[in-house]
Amino acid sequence: MSKIIELKRVNKWFDKFQVLKDIDLEVSPQEKIVICGPSGSGKSTLIRCINRLEEHQEGNIIVDGTELSESTKNIERIRAEVGMVFQQFNLFPHLSILDNCSLAPIWVKKLPKKTAEEVAMNNLKRVQIEDQALKFPGQLSGGQQQRAAIARALCMEPKIMLFDEPTSALDPEMIKEVLDVMVDLARGGMTMIVVTHEMGFAKEVADYMIFMDEGKIVERAKTKDFFEKPKSERTKLFLSQIL
Amino acid sequence: MNLIAKPSKKNIKTYLPIGVVLVSFSLLDVFINAFISYNILGFLPSQVSYFSPLILGFIGLYLIRIDFSGFSSLDNLNKNINSSNFNAVLSLITLFILIKSIPPLLNWFVLEANFLGNSKEDCTGDGACWVFIRVWFNRFMYGLYPDAEQWRINTAFIMLFIIVGISFFTSEKLKKYFILFLVFVFPFLGIKLISGGSFGLEYVESAAWGGLSLTFIISAFAILFCFPIGVFLALGRRSSLPAIKYISIGFIELWRGVPLITVLFMSAVMFPMFLPDGTFIDKLIRVLIAITLFEAAYMAEVVRGGLQALPKGQYEAAKSLGMGYWKMNALIILPQALKLVIPGIANTLLALVKDTPLIFVVGLMELAGMIGLAKTNPKWLGMAMEGYVFAGLVFWVICYAMSRYSQNLEKKLRTER
Repeated sequence: MSKIIELKRVNKWFDKFQVLKDIDLEVSPQEKIVICGPSGSGKSTLIRCINRLEEHQEGNIIVDGTELSESTKNIERIRAEVGMVFQQFNLFPHLSILDNCSLAPIWVKKLPKKTAEEVAMNNLKRVQIEDQALKFPGQLSGGQQQRAAIARALCMEPKIMLFDEPTSALDPEMIKEVLDVMVDLARGGMTMIVVTHEMGFAKEVADYMIFMDEGKIVERAKTKDFFEKPKSERTKLFLSQIL
Repeated sequence: MNLIAKPSKKNIKTYLPIGVVLVSFSLLDVFINAFISYNILGFLPSQVSYFSPLILGFIGLYLIRIDFSGFSSLDNLNKNINSSNFNAVLSLITLFILIKSIPPLLNWFVLEANFLGNSKEDCTGDGACWVFIRVWFNRFMYGLYPDAEQWRINTAFIMLFIIVGISFFTSEKLKKYFILFLVFVFPFLGIKLISGGSFGLEYVESAAWGGLSLTFIISAFAILFCFPIGVFLALGRRSSLPAIKYISIGFIELWRGVPLITVLFMSAVMFPMFLPDGTFIDKLIRVLIAITLFEAAYMAEVVRGGLQALPKGQYEAAKSLGMGYWKMNALIILPQALKLVIPGIANTLLALVKDTPLIFVVGLMELAGMIGLAKTNPKWLGMAMEGYVFAGLVFWVICYAMSRYSQNLEKKLRTER
């Protein structure tokens, strides 16, 4: 099966500090991958390289057949195909939830306003906040804001969804509502790469687990194997601390 | 030691009336003194009578400073002007100064002022000579613009008010077209109407323009152009392209570092020397360009403040949705950044309006300039006070209106909870 994301020997430095070391990663369409690891291990940087919010300095990143390089045209096209959900939601506070969702489809995909708003409402229904459509982000709870952010990304009809610690900024009772939406999305066949510490979620949806430490991929394994018989000592230690 | 019990709810029945009487008496004393120059307590030694209103008022305020008195108006009064002995003294002094300053101002502005007449000799009172303003009013409004052609200025401004008025009451969709017309078509239409030279209108050279209408014309054009230029400079200064970045920085720092009066002088005197022979740019246009670029540099720094205040996540979210540089800035970044810096923008624009009188250095006379001219007229010597008070009032009205508008805009655009 052809791969939708390919990373080959990707290296990245922040000044002199190397954050990513020889990362190789392949993702097939509809695969769900969960990346975990201690803080500072480079997990967020890795997925931010996939839609080039961060630039890599060595190696190749190929997303949906297009190599990421300096060409801004390619980057904008790939970003439109890759949805991203942030830890801090990053909704646009000056726009209503509906406008948050319909803005990019109107201006980037050039959909007519009416169609874009229909798409937006459908996605808001999907994350079950259609009744909040006309409110502003500041009027919503954290869990609702994150679901709105997921809907906003879905409105671009992306082929791949990246999640950067989507539940880390949420109160405990709101985590579940966001995870439920993500599980639903996974069941719908979306290709997903998720950076998270929610191991229950990982066990439920992930095809593969990746464990990162100090900028390297330490272990990559099928979810069941990863939790039941991790190979590396570092992984065992990490799992013993968070499970 | 408990000769006088602390004011509290227990003794409110005796303390409150005594306190109110004392405070009222002290205010009455100052009031009578200010308005009819009679000192009720004149029988006391002079130092004592001088300070007696303050002392009596202070004791009165102390007596009525009762916590949780049960009267909400008394509680409010205590909270706002009488929260401690020190604040009580400050409040009294402020009130006394206010009361004392009413009669002289009233006398100068109205009671002893002269309104009727045609020359300086008609001003017989001790107060202001408003005859000066009345006689010169036409010049203060239109400068040296020929009387017979003034209807053109009037028409331009009346048209402006009508269009603005209509655009306030139309639907959002039509409003867009009105604003586009106001920004891109009307200014040039208006200028053509005022300057003339075609459509059978007599040409009026810009040196004859002046007065308040010139203040408006210069302010309006400078505001219209300095705002977009400032925004582009602010974006340029944060650009990742070195050439654009350093050009923007150089431009901003150059213009910010030079006094406006120098810039205006250069535009009028030095700039024409660099032009090829035979080319001529109207003085008013040169001045307009100078003011616009000068204020744009300030505007750029105000806008940059707003850009910097936005969290990085807003840029990332916009990018992650596939927006390019211009879409990101136009749809996500600038609407938020500009909203944040409305007070700063209003500040810059107010300063711009109040900087317009400086164009006198190149011989253009707007409102303050015309007043400066009129007060040196041999028949009207000694009228500087009336003239500049009038100019001050007019500028205050303009600037206060702008300030209120910016505050309303801030309120309207507030979407945070």
